Amino acid sequence: MSAISRDDVVHLAHLARIDIPSDQLDHYASQLDAILEAVATVSAVDTDNVVPMSHPVPSTNVFREDVPGQSLTANEALAGAPAVEDDRFRVPRILDEE
Amino acid sequence: MSEAVISYDEVLEQFDPVMGLEVHVELGTRTKMFCGCSTEFGAEPNTHVCPVCLGLPGALPALNKIGVESAIRIGLALNCKIAEWCRFARKNYFYPDMPKNFQTSQYDEPICYDGYLDVDIDTDEGRKTFRVNIERAHMEEDTGKNTHMGGATGRIHGADYSLVDYNRAGIPLIEIVTKPIEGAGKYAPEVAKAYVAALRDILRNLGVSDVKMEQGSLRCDVNLSLRRTPQDELGIRSETKNVNSLRSVERAVRYEMTRHAARLLAGERVIQETRHWHEDTGVTTSGRSKSDAEDYRYFPEPDLVPIAPSREWVEQLRAALPENPAVRRARMQELWNLSDIDMQTLINAELLDLVEEAVAAGVSVDAARKWYTGELSRVANEREVDVAELGITPAMLARIEELISTGALNDKLARQVLEGILAGEGDVDGVIASRGLAVVSDDGPLLEAIKDALAADPSVAETIASGKLQAAGSVVGAVMKATRGQADAARVRELLLEHLGVSE
Repeated sequence: MSAISRDDVVHLAHLARIDIPSDQLDHYASQLDAILEAVATVSAVDTDNVVPMSHPVPSTNVFREDVPGQSLTANEALAGAPAVEDDRFRVPRILDEE
Repeated sequence: MSEAVISYDEVLEQFDPVMGLEVHVELGTRTKMFCGCSTEFGAEPNTHVCPVCLGLPGALPALNKIGVESAIRIGLALNCKIAEWCRFARKNYFYPDMPKNFQTSQYDEPICYDGYLDVDIDTDEGRKTFRVNIERAHMEEDTGKNTHMGGATGRIHGADYSLVDYNRAGIPLIEIVTKPIEGAGKYAPEVAKAYVAALRDILRNLGVSDVKMEQGSLRCDVNLSLRRTPQDELGIRSETKNVNSLRSVERAVRYEMTRHAARLLAGERVIQETRHWHEDTGVTTSGRSKSDAEDYRYFPEPDLVPIAPSREWVEQLRAALPENPAVRRARMQELWNLSDIDMQTLINAELLDLVEEAVAAGVSVDAARKWYTGELSRVANEREVDVAELGITPAMLARIEELISTGALNDKLARQVLEGILAGEGDVDGVIASRGLAVVSDDGPLLEAIKDALAADPSVAETIASGKLQAAGSVVGAVMKATRGQADAARVRELLLEHLGVSE
């Protein structure tokens, strides 16, 4: 059985902004299938009376007071940017993506 | 590029509009939602940023307590239920203004849900209340600001590249979403406008945001669809983004109704898409199509533990809520005995708070209204500031009114006092002292001034003596001028007639 199609891989690759050559789509589809199948084994456990857990610690309501802290300087913030202009991050044309 | 539309009346003959309004409000907290960076407006680019709001590896968010509290208070003011337990979720997508590549938001567990807001609109049958049901209000964060470079217009279309400032990224947002608004019929545009206006008032009244639509701290997205009859299923909707004034909310609804109707009547389908509103031309244009972009792969935010507001906390916040603005207005209108129009004038000019404070300080309602809607509004307008920013306190007005009532000041002198205060010359009594402003109550100098005025125009004395009392006005005017406004005009008139031996 193959739950993941080539189209699914194309879609996922686009969402993740990963360039996958078309001759490798089947390869990834079968790998993703194998992963899903492995994870699916947990569905064999009866969880009808188990509350889903999203966090490993049982705490709630961890808040911070609304008090300003230390920010970076513009130079520090921009230090890792591939391109900078006018103290701003310079990014490629946006609408090409669409 | 603009599309075919049909007349509004024609739309109403054949279609029933359904709206959905999404309002984003930027909270006025001191710091961002998940980090301690300042939210102050207008800082140098990328100076209110840190590893958390830049999405640097290993950074962990820490939730702003006031952000949560504000969300709950907004929910309560909108008659919502407050979740006993809820979580944040990651909304995943790539866009340069969002450095983390996901927005920390809430998905299927909003902190507030199932509320409503009643709004008043003018209909052919008079003023009517329309209930807008609220689906949810949830917490999330704002994005950075893109500046598009190159191209002709500074817009994203045709730009060569963009520059991003992340100061705004991470500022707390509350998104308030209505249920489908049905049954508004021809009043749909008015209902939309009235809803956003009422919401803005409530948010301002709560003090959770400065709600400046023009600066983007309150933003409205308008969803609209048409169907043939109210019994039909909902039609395909468009979502018009960035409608940034109350008037535009109304116009955008109306425009989209006429555009959808034209398409449907031409046998075309409405495309489910994002539309951009253009304030200048009053039309919307197509943005990206939603169908292929909407795959956000929400999942619970692992770095933030769930929020479980205790019922004690919620009730404490509920008890401390300010009076609902609409209820307060009705109460004040009755108390002050004002007509609808007079009341609306104060509301539209945002003078209600000031007048209320002045009345509390001892100024009569009429006098407070006169000063705030008259002289003070005029000066504020001239200086392009809010009346409240002029620095004329209710206590100052109360003192001026007191001096007028004892005859120590007249209206003209009072205006000079205000002028002095506005020029920074001190408080009421200080300006009066330094400018030597006081009504001349001694008859001697007034009589001298009257005689001078009569001497300058001898014929007027005869005219008055012959019984044409209206001619006295010019003499009174001359005396007021000569005394630089410091005379009591009524007394001048009395003295003049006495001097000429004429009685009223």
